[in-house]
Amino acid sequence: MISELIINAFLVTVMLAIGIALLRTRTLIFTVVLTSAYSLVAALMFITLDAVDVAFTEASVGAGISTILFLAAMAYLPKEEEENINSQILPALTCILLGGILIWCSYDLPEIGLLSSPVHQHIVPDYILGSRDDIGIPNIVTSVLASYRGYDTFGETIVVFTAGVAVLVLLKNNTQTSNQKNKNSKRKVS
Amino acid sequence: MISSTIGIWNYWIVFLLMMIGLFLVIGRKNFLKKIVGLTIFQTSVFLLYITFGKIKGGTPPILNNAIDTVYSNPLPHVLILTAIVVGVATTALGMSLVLRINSEYGSIEEDEISAQDLVDYHDQIETSKKIDTKFIQ
Repeated sequence: MISELIINAFLVTVMLAIGIALLRTRTLIFTVVLTSAYSLVAALMFITLDAVDVAFTEASVGAGISTILFLAAMAYLPKEEEENINSQILPALTCILLGGILIWCSYDLPEIGLLSSPVHQHIVPDYILGSRDDIGIPNIVTSVLASYRGYDTFGETIVVFTAGVAVLVLLKNNTQTSNQKNKNSKRKVS
Repeated sequence: MISSTIGIWNYWIVFLLMMIGLFLVIGRKNFLKKIVGLTIFQTSVFLLYITFGKIKGGTPPILNNAIDTVYSNPLPHVLILTAIVVGVATTALGMSLVLRINSEYGSIEEDEISAQDLVDYHDQIETSKKIDTKFIQ
């Protein structure tokens, strides 16, 4: 049991290292690659924490599709981040203060993996038994996602649809304006 | 002592990662960096939830026929599955907004964009003053 926790602690420390590298880098392509690596290590952590469905969703969607989105957008964007002129003391102080408070509060959280922690007490046994007796799907995550909380999944579909429509509208205008600019510049040349 | 430290070590690092994400959002002026910061914050919140669902010696929540199996808590997994997909939709929307801003202003730095806005605003005031003086004359 303790080896699981040690692997966990190691992986999460790797994630912290990637986060610090993200703070230090100024090249945007490097930022994108680091974000992808961060998602992959998170997927590994999800496997050690018994969340296999979440792990493959994170590996395919979080590390795959969002990296492709970032890279596709990078083709049209400047390659370097510019030096900050303003001081970053105020944001840094805010983050340090907030992080300190959160870590202070973490002493009240239950230790990882305790069966007696409040999360596991309330409704979970019903879902586990119901998945076997009522629905008959062996994967409990699937039966909760598609049957017990089907409305949530429906709402998620609506959110994704809305975001897709918004992206299409924004990028359509984008090509139109660039065409207009091209026409204007051609007129000026002629 | 060591086991209790390892027991809450995940929480500490997850909170530090959240703060790194928050700093990227509020401290950096580059819009792409801000969106990356949002992604980092999201992933660390996912980690926090999944950490809550872990049970020592548990198996992934897929039913088997053995009698004495302890399953890890499936409910955080369901929540986070939904959240990952919604998070990618948010990222896509944010990136298309950044692309739009870049084609309009030619820059994705917050400072430069607000400076350009200020110049435009002054130009507008100047032209409106000229129109006013013409009317008065």
